[in-house]
Amino acid sequence: MVKKFLIRAMALLFVSSFVILGAKENIKIGAIVAATGPASFLGDPELKTLQHYVAKINKNGGVNGQMIELIHYDTGANPKKAVTFTKRLINQDEVVAIIGPSTSGETMAILKFVKKAKIPLISMAGAVAIIDPVKPYVFKIVATDRMACQKVMQDLNKRNLTNLALISGSGGFGKSMRKQCKEVAPDFGIKIVADETYGKKDSDMTSQLLKIKNNKNVQVVLNPGFGQGPAIVTKNYRQLKIKHPLYQSHGVASKKYIEIAGDAANGVRLVAPPVVVADKLDDSIAYKKVALTYKNEYEKAFNSQVSSFGGHAYDSLYIIVEAIKRAGSTNPEKIRDEIEKTQGFKGVDGIVNLSPTDHLGLDTKTGMIMLEIKNGDWTIVK
Amino acid sequence: MIELFGYMLSGVTVGFIYTLVGLGFTVIYNSSGIINFSQGEFVMAGGMSTVFLLYAGLPLGVAFVLAIMITSLIGIVLYKLISFSKDSSQISLIILTLGFAIFLRGLAQVIFDKQLHTMPSFVGDGAFEIFETTLTYQALAVIVVSIVIVISLYLFFNKTKTGQAMMAASNNVDAAKLMGINIKKILMLNFAISAVIASIGGILLTPITSTNYEVGIMLGLKGFCAAIIGGLGTPFGAVAGGLVLGILESLVAGYVSSEYKDAVAFIVLLAILFFMPGGIFGNLKSQRV
Repeated sequence: MVKKFLIRAMALLFVSSFVILGAKENIKIGAIVAATGPASFLGDPELKTLQHYVAKINKNGGVNGQMIELIHYDTGANPKKAVTFTKRLINQDEVVAIIGPSTSGETMAILKFVKKAKIPLISMAGAVAIIDPVKPYVFKIVATDRMACQKVMQDLNKRNLTNLALISGSGGFGKSMRKQCKEVAPDFGIKIVADETYGKKDSDMTSQLLKIKNNKNVQVVLNPGFGQGPAIVTKNYRQLKIKHPLYQSHGVASKKYIEIAGDAANGVRLVAPPVVVADKLDDSIAYKKVALTYKNEYEKAFNSQVSSFGGHAYDSLYIIVEAIKRAGSTNPEKIRDEIEKTQGFKGVDGIVNLSPTDHLGLDTKTGMIMLEIKNGDWTIVK
Repeated sequence: MIELFGYMLSGVTVGFIYTLVGLGFTVIYNSSGIINFSQGEFVMAGGMSTVFLLYAGLPLGVAFVLAIMITSLIGIVLYKLISFSKDSSQISLIILTLGFAIFLRGLAQVIFDKQLHTMPSFVGDGAFEIFETTLTYQALAVIVVSIVIVISLYLFFNKTKTGQAMMAASNNVDAAKLMGINIKKILMLNFAISAVIASIGGILLTPITSTNYEVGIMLGLKGFCAAIIGGLGTPFGAVAGGLVLGILESLVAGYVSSEYKDAVAFIVLLAILFFMPGGIFGNLKSQRV
């Protein structure tokens, strides 16, 4: 008797589950993020942001009456895992678009698979190589290190400084930005007169800085890198009483840097994505509201400081969602076409204008902001 | 000339940091013959727990003492794990310490977080100006504390009964047992001491380098190099090794290229192992087989 009842109950459940699913087929969006491991400072806020906003979109009725289903995998910043998960997203989960991966190496590793499957991908990594040359199915909304270099050099031109010393971290980020800066320097009439590096776990950079200090040609110093390195560079820089202006990269555009470098950070200039100073942006800036809302919402939901990385996830998600809305379809090809037509998208990272020849859509005017640290807080350099 | 002085001073500062980590290796090796590869993680545990105890609102002194106690407990836990598997070969035990290091790193990610943390310098933010370069108070604190620890370790190992018992245990376990030395207690004490030294290192380093869950990896590696270069088993060896390493790195960064700085550390390590297998201060002990 009991057995019979159980079988009936299960049959009923089975049938009803079909009815529920049939009524509203979910839109499956894939995400590949490095939520743990060495790049977790990127992947962790990215994943949190995606989960938070997917839930929010669904609560407000979803997209075109359909719910979004976020299928996410954690790669631990391992390109091999990124490839495995990309294949799984494409073949098993049958997603209509993919967000991620968090790092450039992983993104480069999966490009050929999304191309073959014709699934649109919005990468959250930094390297220029991802969208240059343009690949039909690959987009990214993160300002490149090349843009950061250009932004710094524009500022140097304004201050009539031409002789730049580089002191770069030897991690992937520092290396790549150092290369980009050396490439764009001649465009701005800037000479690299010193080129030092340090290991990313080094505890003292005095030797390298002494060398720079004793180089009579140096007028200004730029430090591409992230993590603890730039904070130590900044402290050593002040201890050695080096008088030249010091520039930092967007790699340290968080309050954490000021906290760790302390008073030494005062007077440092750095390039930063707008979200970091969302509350200080001029009201006339079109994306201020988006950036500020995101910042407040993130900080409230997760009780931790906002970073630009989560902002990349926000922008990626909403560019896809709006593309789906416009396409009125979940066909990956149609979504891709609509993503490419994105114009004037107000995102956390700035105004995004995509086109068949530009799959980045940000420029140095809106995608990056020059900041100076005064009294332990950001001020915007006009 | 002033340039050279600057590089030397920077090298000495870094060298004492390596020394402080290297000392921990020395202590455990002295008693058990094991290389404890979770030494760097002990340093991390000391720094991270101090930072988070400070966040919790505890006064500086209390946070220090608690952090040191927590870390020494971790050291004792490691000893317990090792004593469970006491029949294993030394290599297995060394691998066990490596695994414990990975475990501690993971645990720190869960208990604390993955962010960088720092704390204010507790000896003041100032610096001495010497010629055209500077020595911060905090760096000086590292140097002074290292020297104090080295001297007290030397006195402990050579002048106290417990210390002598430890040396005996390291030389010949069976003979030591026959002499009535409580090997288990001695070993446990050793792991605790080593963890205490590491946590003091972690506390002293945090204001200089800041800390996070993986800060121990490179520190552990460099400290290990320092201990090997100087000769495992003698506290003075750790000082010599740390200084050689720190100064060489600094000189290479200054005069050659900062790109080759880390390579030099490991080249020196290889050279020492080839030509002076006992290290600068070490005399090769007869192998326990």
